[in-house]
Amino acid sequence: MKSFSVISLLLFLLAGFNQAFAEDLTGAGASFPYPLYSKMFSEYGKQNKMNINYQSIGSGGGIKQLLAKTIDFGGSDAIMSDEQLSKAPGKILHIPTCLGAVVIVYNLNIKGELKLTPDIIADIFLGKITKWNDARIADLNKDIKLPDANISVVHRSDGSGTSAIFTDYLSKVSSEWKEKVGSGTSVNWPVGLGGKGNEGVAGLVKQVPNSIGYVELIYALQNKMSYATIQNKSGKFIKPTLESTSKAAEIAMPDDMRVSLADTESPDGYPIAGFTYILVYQEQKYDNRTIDKAKSLYKLLNWMINDGQKFTTPLHYAPLPEAAKTKAQALIKSITFDGKALE
Amino acid sequence: MSHFFSKERRSETIFRWLLLSSSFLIILIIFSIALTLVIESFPSIKHNGLSLLTGDIWDPVSEKYSVLPFIVGTFITSILALIISIPFSIAASLYLGEYAEGKRSSIIIKSVLDLLAGIPSIIYGFWGLMVLVPVVRKFEEILGIPPLGIGIFTASLILSIMIIPYTTSIAREVIRLVPQDIKEAAYSLGATRFEVIRDIVIPYAKSGIFAGILLSFGRAFGETMAVTMVIGNANYIPKSLFAPANTMASVIANEFAEATSDLYLSTLVSLGLVLLITSLVVNSIGRFIITRFYVK
Repeated sequence: MKSFSVISLLLFLLAGFNQAFAEDLTGAGASFPYPLYSKMFSEYGKQNKMNINYQSIGSGGGIKQLLAKTIDFGGSDAIMSDEQLSKAPGKILHIPTCLGAVVIVYNLNIKGELKLTPDIIADIFLGKITKWNDARIADLNKDIKLPDANISVVHRSDGSGTSAIFTDYLSKVSSEWKEKVGSGTSVNWPVGLGGKGNEGVAGLVKQVPNSIGYVELIYALQNKMSYATIQNKSGKFIKPTLESTSKAAEIAMPDDMRVSLADTESPDGYPIAGFTYILVYQEQKYDNRTIDKAKSLYKLLNWMINDGQKFTTPLHYAPLPEAAKTKAQALIKSITFDGKALE
Repeated sequence: MSHFFSKERRSETIFRWLLLSSSFLIILIIFSIALTLVIESFPSIKHNGLSLLTGDIWDPVSEKYSVLPFIVGTFITSILALIISIPFSIAASLYLGEYAEGKRSSIIIKSVLDLLAGIPSIIYGFWGLMVLVPVVRKFEEILGIPPLGIGIFTASLILSIMIIPYTTSIAREVIRLVPQDIKEAAYSLGATRFEVIRDIVIPYAKSGIFAGILLSFGRAFGETMAVTMVIGNANYIPKSLFAPANTMASVIANEFAEATSDLYLSTLVSLGLVLLITSLVVNSIGRFIITRFYVK
């Protein structure tokens, strides 16, 4: 008995020396940042001798579990609506961790890069432009010989944050789209085939000749697919890259960071981009949570938007620009435990 | 001596109770699944009303839901799969039960069929997408329709391959059960093998074969992954056999994870309820025919 207590005391001290408060954390949500979060959490976990468990169950599931308070943090590509926030048992913060872009991929036997304008994209997905050699596409791409073929539209069949970003963009650039279809994780697509997941859409676009679809930038890069250069709000044709995605966030942002970057005003920003967020309760004292757990979460979030950013680019995620980082930092600072600021 | 008996009787009683309670547990599970689906469906039934079954729009954004396109898609793919698979499975079962009974070829074919039944559906889906879709696309090019390669026809083809082993193994069992003396009587009257099959074996095994077909139908009905990968997942009532469509199981699998609003979730659950009820009806008909067959 005595030796047992000595050992446990030793263990306690050892743990204490290593890390004053290294409580394990659990999160769940968006699948888009999952590869980045796995890398970040395994690195951070190694440094701080703790486990961070993240389940990629989708943004919707992450929000649900956070509302049920079964996890420490949620992951979401979508901004929670005012209605969802009003139902929450406490104030929820949206802390951006990186950016993602949605690119228009196509399967065309052409030389050169396809250029598209917002209204052409909207009309293709509305089913109003049905041929590749349509005058509007041809005028824009004079140097490319476009085939006289029907356009096969491919969209996501499962609910997803990617669809949410893309339909949010279409709703912003086309009033007809906004009225007829709207935006959301699943919408009533006017035309096209559905593929399950990014891999499903990528697979269909690769298989079906003369098709067009949308996937996350990472997916297009990894699968070496052709993707379109898109005209942004300032009239510039922007190629989707990690850099132009980060630049999409160089706009005036509200303090709560709940902002859509679709159709960005930033002159060099790629127009179909969005933040992915970690969602946490501002007041961390709820249920039986300890201050150690709150501090553990606080430190992790701080690390993610600062040191952790170095893992973004190698994994094809767009890092937070400085202005966004500053705002995210302020949000993390506003986290409290029993009304008191942490650290 | 009496002590020994009572001990034996006690273990007998315990054993019987064990069996009885596990059987009741199964009933309880089915019942609670149905109950959960009904309770969770309430918000959807209240909001959508009858238009849940009569409309043709599935629009999560404006929260207008009708499951009719998926009911139609499910029935068309399953029935088409049956039509494609029945000639093959009946031919195979006749060969196995009548011609090759006990021969080595029968053992080989039987194990291959068992293997076919055991392949995970995601593998069928992959194979369908990689191999079958390009073939169907070529076929569509010849027919002069938009060459997507994906849609109801491809989904039905995949399903028909998946259900062949089910019909075949049940049909083979009932064909083997046809009494030898009746067949021999027919042969002694000068009937050819074909005549024996046509006039004795098939009429005798008819209801058993039908039950096998119905069970396959149930399997095709609930299939999710393989169908999702090749059906095109378009939420409309299909206009042609080659058009993309969607099935009930496939919609649930696709949209459940990101169904954020309560009503949306509840509507998906009510879609599950519709799927459960239709499969139960199909299965009960199958069971009913099997019982009738065995009594006879």
